[in-house]
Amino acid sequence: MSGELRIKLALTRAAFTLDVDLALPATGFSAVFGASGAGKTLLLRSVAGLERARDALVAIDGEVWQDSARRIWLPPHRRALGYVFQDANLFAHLDVRGNLDYARRRADGGDATAVIELLDIGALLARRVDALSGGERQRVAIARALLSRPKLLLFDEPLAAVDLARRAEILPYLERLRDTLKLPALYVTHQPDEAARLADRLVLLEHGRVRASGALPELMARRDLHDAFGDGVGVVVEATFVAHDAADAIARLAFDGGELLLPLAEPPRTSRVRCRIEARDVSLTLQAQGGTSILNILPATVRGMTPLGAGAQVLVELDVRGTVLLARITRRSWETLGLDAGRPVFAQIKAAALIG
Amino acid sequence: MSAALTAADFAALWLTLQLAAVVTLLLLLFGTPLAWWLARTHSRWRGPVAALVALPLVLPPTVLGFYLLLALGPHGPVGAAMQALGLELLPFTFAGLVVASVLYSLPFVVQPLQNAFEAIGPRPLEAAATLRAGPLDRFFSVALPLAKPGLISGAILGFAHTVGEFGVVLMIGGNIPGRTRVASVLVYDHVEAFEYAQAQWLSLLLLGFAFAVLLALYALRPSTRSLAP
Repeated sequence: MSGELRIKLALTRAAFTLDVDLALPATGFSAVFGASGAGKTLLLRSVAGLERARDALVAIDGEVWQDSARRIWLPPHRRALGYVFQDANLFAHLDVRGNLDYARRRADGGDATAVIELLDIGALLARRVDALSGGERQRVAIARALLSRPKLLLFDEPLAAVDLARRAEILPYLERLRDTLKLPALYVTHQPDEAARLADRLVLLEHGRVRASGALPELMARRDLHDAFGDGVGVVVEATFVAHDAADAIARLAFDGGELLLPLAEPPRTSRVRCRIEARDVSLTLQAQGGTSILNILPATVRGMTPLGAGAQVLVELDVRGTVLLARITRRSWETLGLDAGRPVFAQIKAAALIG
Repeated sequence: MSAALTAADFAALWLTLQLAAVVTLLLLLFGTPLAWWLARTHSRWRGPVAALVALPLVLPPTVLGFYLLLALGPHGPVGAAMQALGLELLPFTFAGLVVASVLYSLPFVVQPLQNAFEAIGPRPLEAAATLRAGPLDRFFSVALPLAKPGLISGAILGFAHTVGEFGVVLMIGGNIPGRTRVASVLVYDHVEAFEYAQAQWLSLLLLGFAFAVLLALYALRPSTRSLAP
């Protein structure tokens, strides 16, 4: 089917079985999310043809790469994909330019300038690969993947091997790439914030099976999936930028449930923005608090609760005029405040992050 | 020591170099795909083939030479076939020396190459595959360049080992001046004839050459130390 990325795979490696059947729109970033050992990398490698599934259907935009029913199997080099490996996997015998040319010459041999600019690696071209930092290496790897003119990008935890500071350095490039090139991508990660920042769809993988698949904000707001996100459980809220106060460096955003104030040095580039509000940053009160340092206090209604882990804490689902928020509080607070479904409360949001 | 090296000595040295050059070339040509196969295959023939390739490392050269003589001789399978085709028999010819030397020096080229190919691992080749390089393209554009140290080690070892061989040459090539009499055999001849001065010069030359080769090998690739016999 055109405009669709179809991935149906069944394969067994040692004691592990991957069995997925996905139909994703062939646009935008889809995060393949799950704990380590969930089969994320195996899924990506199978889509690329680096692993051969016994029963598979892989097709993008109606172009079939693999269909065991019709005995079709294209080897990796015949699939129009760009694969960004976890550790960059650059060719050590070539310099940066050589690595880029390797891809370019085997694709259309076109101009590399735009891609080099997009990833800001113009100054690195003559460098040896082993003279690059982790972040630079990954940017070169992304550029190399782009220069092979892919129809689908596959990212295998490209930020897992770099430290936190480098991660913040690479993320803006990935966002830029997503927004300018409009290439469909599968992005493997086990970091909820990374997925929330880059992807608009989420495929939740668990023990080799798809536990849930759909729009990322919807899945992240689902209380029953909380264990998949662990400590990073929280919602993504779509909002509109309203105003920016340069003196206080505060941005005002509007969403269906009200307004949010966010510390922000510069006004955002687009008017449509997304914020991530983690459950641990939301607390609850029965009355609206005065004299507090917390900027965002929203009236909400409790929808329900799910005990977390050992049971000392609970995850509370809130309805803020149609928008779901999740709050992580102690079970004792839940009982002391006498909370229950239908109870009106005030949600105090200690922190929210603009994620694009 | 006057009259250091005679024309016969130079002829033997020249023949040795020719032999070593041809053998090294052939070994790189046939040894590289063999090493590649050994490094990548999961076939059950991998073990037996690897053992066969390594045989010359432990087999007395005379044993290998003896069997080659039988096989290539007029009553051997290869010899009979060649005679049927109207070709010259290989024993006691330069071509015979080449065949014997290729077999005898095979592990010295295949093993460093195989190790180099194995050290590359599958990952760079996978990257190449996702960048639209087909199997042959991947071999030449990624595997070979990355295995260059092994290629150099293999070539040096194969060349040096061919220069230094004696037993196989004597068995299969005899001692025909200008045709099959190489330097190592000539040293033996000189000693047999009590020409110690000439044996000395030739030996010194071979010793110097061997030392220089190994020195170059260790200086260039310290990590290949374990590969040297």
